[in-house]
Amino acid sequence: MSCSCGSTCVDPKAQELQKVIEKYKNTKGAVIPVLHEAQEIYGYLPLQVQKTIAEGLDVSLAEIYGIVTFYTQFSIYPKGKYNIQLCLGTACYVKGAGQIYDRLKQELGLDKDGTTKDGLFSLESCRCIGACGLAPVMMINGEVYGRLVPDDIPGILQKYRDAE
Amino acid sequence: MSEMVTLTIDGKEVKAPIGSTVLEAARLAGIKIPTLCYLKDINEIGACRMCVVDVGARSLQASCVYPVSEGLKVITNSPEVREARRVTLELILSNHDKKCLSCVRSENCELQKLAKDLNVDDTHFEGASNHYEIDDLSPSIVRDPNKCILCRRCVSICKNVQTVSVIETNERGFNTIVSSPFNMALKDTPCVNCGQCIVACPVGALREKDNTDKVWEALANPELHVVVQTAPAVRVAIGEEFGFPIGTRCTGKMVAALKRLGFDKVFDTDTAADLTIMEEGTELIERIKNGGKLPLITSCSPGWIKFCEHNYPDLLEHLSSCKSPQNMFGAVLKSYYAEKMGIDPAKMFVVSVMPCTAKKFEVERPELASTGYPDVDVSITTREAARMIKEAGIDFVNLPDEQFDDPMGDASGAGVIFGATGGVMEAALRTVVDILTGKDNENIEYKAVRGVEGVKVAEVEVPGLTLRAAVAHGLGNARKLMDQVRAGEADYHFIEIMACPGGCVTGGGQPIQPSSVTNLIDLKAERAKAIYAEDESLTFRKSHKNEKMMRLYEEYFEKPGSHKAHELLHTHYVLRENYPEECCK
Repeated sequence: MSCSCGSTCVDPKAQELQKVIEKYKNTKGAVIPVLHEAQEIYGYLPLQVQKTIAEGLDVSLAEIYGIVTFYTQFSIYPKGKYNIQLCLGTACYVKGAGQIYDRLKQELGLDKDGTTKDGLFSLESCRCIGACGLAPVMMINGEVYGRLVPDDIPGILQKYRDAE
Repeated sequence: MSEMVTLTIDGKEVKAPIGSTVLEAARLAGIKIPTLCYLKDINEIGACRMCVVDVGARSLQASCVYPVSEGLKVITNSPEVREARRVTLELILSNHDKKCLSCVRSENCELQKLAKDLNVDDTHFEGASNHYEIDDLSPSIVRDPNKCILCRRCVSICKNVQTVSVIETNERGFNTIVSSPFNMALKDTPCVNCGQCIVACPVGALREKDNTDKVWEALANPELHVVVQTAPAVRVAIGEEFGFPIGTRCTGKMVAALKRLGFDKVFDTDTAADLTIMEEGTELIERIKNGGKLPLITSCSPGWIKFCEHNYPDLLEHLSSCKSPQNMFGAVLKSYYAEKMGIDPAKMFVVSVMPCTAKKFEVERPELASTGYPDVDVSITTREAARMIKEAGIDFVNLPDEQFDDPMGDASGAGVIFGATGGVMEAALRTVVDILTGKDNENIEYKAVRGVEGVKVAEVEVPGLTLRAAVAHGLGNARKLMDQVRAGEADYHFIEIMACPGGCVTGGGQPIQPSSVTNLIDLKAERAKAIYAEDESLTFRKSHKNEKMMRLYEEYFEKPGSHKAHELLHTHYVLRENYPEECCK
């Protein structure tokens, strides 16, 4: 990653990303696996990471960004310590996921998907997570919460806040 | 000839080559299928569904991508097909900013025409609509996503033809938007301002930055001496804006119209094209004789120059130091002409009419102000000039032919052909070969460098040397050639590069022909014919035979490549980072 600050910053994440790019460089369809691994390294895909990938794979930044914004699993914003994935798939939606989403936004002070100012929570609406029997359903860092009603939300969030 | 198959379209038997599409077969049979996103050879993706037909499959198929096959039965005009097209169009219109009355593309809008042809009712779907900010920060291009219909024609031309790739289809579903990465303004990207996206756009989502107000203001200012120069490609295309057939030369009417707009003088950029040949030709001969950096590469096309600065910073030394004809002329006007006429250059306002949107960026380059004033004050496109002529109520069609003004009014045929790909090369060869052979050669038509092939090469024998030349047009082709230069595999002496496919005749500032025209004829070739006809019509067809320009050397510059010439007619280039950002902290 190029740097014009003058100092010699050795960024271990950047080194790791270079290794990933080298690994996939000459394979067909390298962009998506590299983006996956880059997101694992950084937690998200900011401009500079996308730029490095674009240069490394000889693909335009515009194309990389198009792919990143097409797939909801890629994020250009840093995630919170606790990432809330709320299913807005058909089954969850008819079972009231819309109201859950509204309540989550209200409790977190967000107007759409995003990360709270304190960096504790991020909200990410997603499509079916394969647990329709539990609709409406959400996951927080992999932990599943099912058959939700809006009034469940404050208590669940409090549990994570208390853990801090 | 390729193998043929027989299919039936609307009950009519049609023979079409294997590998062609149903759309192409229908055209062979004289059956018209509406299209919107389809641009022949550029955008063939079946995205808009406007060209759907019934091929007896489970669902209607996009004819622009559906291959022909033996015995295929196609119906292009059933109630189901017509309804499907109409509903699709109504859905597109439901999220389209329908400010047609004040839209720059009104009456030249493919969406508007389809809506009329398909008899749509735009009130069926009054659902949500997107509201985006307009990006008008670029000096050349304005992007209005509210008018975008997501056909992706601009994306294809930017990515696949020009290999600039600064716009993409981003996000998805209802939020899909054509934009730059991270929604940056175009000016913050490596966009080269070529404007090919504008001529590809079927609607008003992309347009040139309008500078006509600045020109009107200058024209209305009695303190200013306002002069205009017009590029060679403008005269062979401006007529299209007034209903003349493609390829009509309107030089005389164009000059007459500009005089009626109130310009104090109307000059011909071709004169400066002749000047460019003298300077660039001299530079080439010197580099060959003195072991300078070769190949020498032309610097007339500002889109190409910015592309080179972004993508080939290691090869900038190959670029000719010559300013483009537009800026050479501006510098001459504000020095030689100002002195000769006793005009204070501070009170002189130079307008250029160009087939180009990148010229708008070029005039703002700070280094292009040799006299202390910008070489050119405002650059407008052929389209903007036509709009001004219309706004002034000038009856262009019935104007008499008038002549460019003296003392800079004459240009050679060599200056004229700058407007087509290969033209600068041919013009240079006409002069350089004369100089190197010491003769007035009669054979002046270098047909190997003419035509629409992406990369053209020619070899010319001169005493003691086989002069090798290459020509590329369209930045994708330029990239191929430049990669060869970088790899040391291009042993040419001289390379001409034009950013736009076809050269200036099909520049990003030229009149926009709809896809219904460009899919059927080669606009590049048709307009180029008019350029070469203009060249043939002139008495002097070599730059060094332009007497008025040679007088300019006698009276002012002394000789090509002189100190004074370098001060006024030459420039330098800068390194441009792609997507510059703050330090990594």
